[in-house]
Amino acid sequence: MAEAPSPAATPGAAPVISVRGLVNRFGSQLVHDGLDLDVMEGEILGVVGGSGSGKSVLMRSIIGLQTPVAGHITVFGEEMTDPSRDLLAVSRRWGVLFQAGALFSGLTVAENVQVPLREHLALSETLMDEIAAYKIAMVGLPGEAGAKYPAQLSGGMRKRAALARALAMDPALLFLDEPTAGLDPPGAAAFDELIATLRDTMRLTIFLITHDLDTLMRICDRVAVIAEKRVLATGTVAELTRLDHPWIRDYFLGPRGRAAAGARLAHAGARGS
Amino acid sequence: MATQQADAGDGTRSEPRRVVLAGALTIDRAAGLERLLAEEPEGALEIDLAAVTRLDTVGAWLVHRALRDRPGSRVTGASADARRLLAEVAEADQPCSIRPDTRPAWLRELEKAGAAVIAAASTMGAGLGFVGTVLLVTVRTAVSKRGIRWHAVSRQMEETGIDALGIVGLMSFLIGIVIAQQGAVQLEQFGAQIYTINLIGRATFRELGILLTAIMVAGRSASAFAAQIGTMKLNEEVDAMRTIGLDPVEVLVVPRVVALTVIMPLIGFYASILAIIGGGLLCWTVLDIPPASYVQRIREVVPMSDFWIGMAKAPFFGAVIAMTGCFQGMQVVGTAESVGQRTTMAVVQSIFLVIVLDAFFAVFFTAIGFV
Repeated sequence: MAEAPSPAATPGAAPVISVRGLVNRFGSQLVHDGLDLDVMEGEILGVVGGSGSGKSVLMRSIIGLQTPVAGHITVFGEEMTDPSRDLLAVSRRWGVLFQAGALFSGLTVAENVQVPLREHLALSETLMDEIAAYKIAMVGLPGEAGAKYPAQLSGGMRKRAALARALAMDPALLFLDEPTAGLDPPGAAAFDELIATLRDTMRLTIFLITHDLDTLMRICDRVAVIAEKRVLATGTVAELTRLDHPWIRDYFLGPRGRAAAGARLAHAGARGS
Repeated sequence: MATQQADAGDGTRSEPRRVVLAGALTIDRAAGLERLLAEEPEGALEIDLAAVTRLDTVGAWLVHRALRDRPGSRVTGASADARRLLAEVAEADQPCSIRPDTRPAWLRELEKAGAAVIAAASTMGAGLGFVGTVLLVTVRTAVSKRGIRWHAVSRQMEETGIDALGIVGLMSFLIGIVIAQQGAVQLEQFGAQIYTINLIGRATFRELGILLTAIMVAGRSASAFAAQIGTMKLNEEVDAMRTIGLDPVEVLVVPRVVALTVIMPLIGFYASILAIIGGGLLCWTVLDIPPASYVQRIREVVPMSDFWIGMAKAPFFGAVIAMTGCFQGMQVVGTAESVGQRTTMAVVQSIFLVIVLDAFFAVFFTAIGFV
């Protein structure tokens, strides 16, 4: 378990992502109203919130797929709401894992991984094949998977393949939208481990949307709770459980939250002995 | 970035050549780094990473590759991070298949052709089976206590027929004008301009009015049927129906087939009338034939048999279009991509089948004496 320094402890660190006063509206429905959020370098920030609370909309706003009504978003110091921003330069430094993987269905897994490489760089064929091969191995897929089409893979393998594509350009920042949703518990646990390992080896900053309490407790350095159209609180799981807010208490101290916390303690105990 | 220093060396061949890499060894500089390492002469290298400021997995991979391919090579001056990255990529250096199929092209083409033949044969078989099922279920539903779902039928008639009136009408009107215009130009050479009316009347009622409407409906409705049913299949709605005890053929297919079979003669007739009006308009404005004489002449030259032949074909066209669309929708499996493929196939096959059927009717009606 990586005990990354909390942002409060390292005041000098600049946030990789900074969101200020974000407002998003669909028709008459207000999704975000003055939302503020910072993501520090090298941390795994978990984003939680009820269904329809606008977690995915927040991610889409940050990566420029959704134009907010108001507010400022900077990523690597680049103002994302500025229409003249250099989106290409920023997008080369991040990788995005969409909820359903969003692999290009007409391409094999290896070709999917190579798409960003082909688009942005002039590398030799051999090197591109080798990069695809080691990225596929890094995310824990067997070698045969490289030549398969997404439709031929199981849900868990598709997630891993999509992660390999998100990592193709060696990004500094990774967005994960519910990476463990739809995976069986051992698969989800393995995926959590993988994310933590990759963060440590590749020095990644990770923005992670999840409903999975185990993921939150095992790998997230900080958790941001989205409710009432803004970020209600951020902090470690332990800090959040001490807060006196009904929704947060229900979330972390409900039956499932307690079960996950218990499992984590047991896990830590097993490691310690 | 990378600088290289040929070691002055003392001439001993066992001593590895020294390469000093500096700066950022990242993906953006991978191409240059790869070239630089490839240009090094054969033999072991001593790669000095002490001056490297940033290293990512691609940089680490290139260093790892050099170490792997040049036995006896080593790395010096690597930071803890760099060593960990090198270990990580070394662990990930595993055989991986990149290309889907590495067999010779002719063999793959042969296999593709064989698979296409088998697929065509099995589709034909499944299609025939589907037609049989639909007929059986239609009859069974019609005589059952519940009867045919007329509510669904009327909704389908509205979507496939009433909603299509605008586009079908405009198309027929323009086709009428085109036939009249082209006919007039050609027949003028024989001084037989008056026969333009025969051309419009007979071509429209017997063939074009119905055929072009069928093609338009095939494009509009066969695709819609395939996409609607295909999406429902992907969402497991069709499976859900079965578990509730509903027969998907009865609920989804029969109303569509009945609706299109009933509505086709009606829109076919409407289209024919609009083509006649279009032709009449041209005759009036270009050939100076007044509408009254135009209508009078149409009644004289178009035999009722033409009208009935056209109307008799329409329900068959409607049924074939609906069944093709529904059949392709039912064939959807797996991914959203398959919905797209099946929708395309539904349009292509229904138009093809309508034209084949029309050719068959043309020969048939001539053979039984309706000239």
